Amino acid sequence: MALLSIILILLELNSSRLKPLRDVLSVLVYPIQYIVAAPSRLYHNSIDSLGSYQNLVLENKDLKQQHLINNAKLLKFAALEKENIRLRSLLDSSFKLGEQVLVAELMSVNLAPYEHVVVVNKGSQFGVHKGQAVLDDNGIIGQVTKSLPLSAEIILITDPNHAIPVQVNRNGLHTIAIGSGQLNQLSLPFLPNNADIQLGDLLITSGLGGVFPQGYPVAVVESFQPQPDKPFAVIHAKPKAELNTNRELLIVWNNDQVIPLMQPEAPVRVEEPVSAEQIITVEEHGTDQ
Amino acid sequence: MEQINKSPALAYSLSVIVAMLLLIVPWPMPFLIVAPDWVILSLIYWALATPEAAGVGKAWLVGLLVDVLTGQLMGQYAFTYAATVFLCVKQHKRIRNFPIIQQSLVIFLILLFARLLIFWLERIDHQVMPLYFWLPVLTGSIVWPVVYTVLRKVRLS
Repeated sequence: MALLSIILILLELNSSRLKPLRDVLSVLVYPIQYIVAAPSRLYHNSIDSLGSYQNLVLENKDLKQQHLINNAKLLKFAALEKENIRLRSLLDSSFKLGEQVLVAELMSVNLAPYEHVVVVNKGSQFGVHKGQAVLDDNGIIGQVTKSLPLSAEIILITDPNHAIPVQVNRNGLHTIAIGSGQLNQLSLPFLPNNADIQLGDLLITSGLGGVFPQGYPVAVVESFQPQPDKPFAVIHAKPKAELNTNRELLIVWNNDQVIPLMQPEAPVRVEEPVSAEQIITVEEHGTDQ
Repeated sequence: MEQINKSPALAYSLSVIVAMLLLIVPWPMPFLIVAPDWVILSLIYWALATPEAAGVGKAWLVGLLVDVLTGQLMGQYAFTYAATVFLCVKQHKRIRNFPIIQQSLVIFLILLFARLLIFWLERIDHQVMPLYFWLPVLTGSIVWPVVYTVLRKVRLS
């Protein structure tokens, strides 16, 4: 038994050969997760179906207004994006295209209380794979650590074992935000005492690690204490995403296809600026690597 | 212990499944971090009550399922549960005869041993553990009399 366990542990640490076994076993234990999540699902469903007509009408009206406002903003955003791509092509720098998202619902089960890991109800069945970024409507939530056939496990950015490369939106300062183990706090341990950080600074993903798409809000700086006797300051930030209340999350397919703008090495599309139509088609075909 | 159960295998698997359900219930916050490891408690009970039926191999399989259920490194809980049950089966004659309070103390030590194994195995993966990682050891030994009474009722009914 001991030998078998050690072999299993070593195999899993060093390779992905055990993934089929975990997939099969995860389908076996899925009913357990399903049963545990049932009461909360039932509660939310009954709230949906018992909501009064008045409330629904009001909510619908609000949402319609919001939709209108968002659409108007998006119009402007589309124009800006195209301008950005054009300007970047002038600068000879590449630009990452838009991402594809999938809405997944949280299953209310707890895996290990000392880890900030949650389970969602969409798995490799839907093409979810390890390393995908997960968002809500306010910002980054975390990334997929395991995709099983019927579910996926997501590590939150506040897990003490998670780090996310970020950038201060105001001045472009790069650093890394590490989870603190508390749902409402991230820490930024690698900034010097004289770093240009102010309270209320928005931290966005820098896209450097290759996991998180660039430019999504992560957290807001909420405390900054210089430590005169130590090399680094103590900085804490509050995650933008509502990590503990959200039920719906977005799983993102990071589109790795960079538009081949003005790449001198690329033999095919040299000197061929991408037209607006091309960009739209690429965007729509957003790949899932 | 003298009564013979009609279907110990059924009671065993049922109690383990219920323990697994309890293990992943998202309790509100203070209860979440003190919740004991129900699966190991029920495994210990069966190892003490029916050492010939509740073997190390079964515990290993249950551990493997718990590994997948809680998204841990595969083999981590399997190894821990198998080792714990082995210990209990070896010592069942002694532990069984202790009064319940003294049993709780022994369970405390066994749970501590199991938690230590998990701690070491998690450290292989360079995990950082908060201090409350150790709390279930204490609460596990506190709820042991309850688990013992309930499972005894289940086994003898």
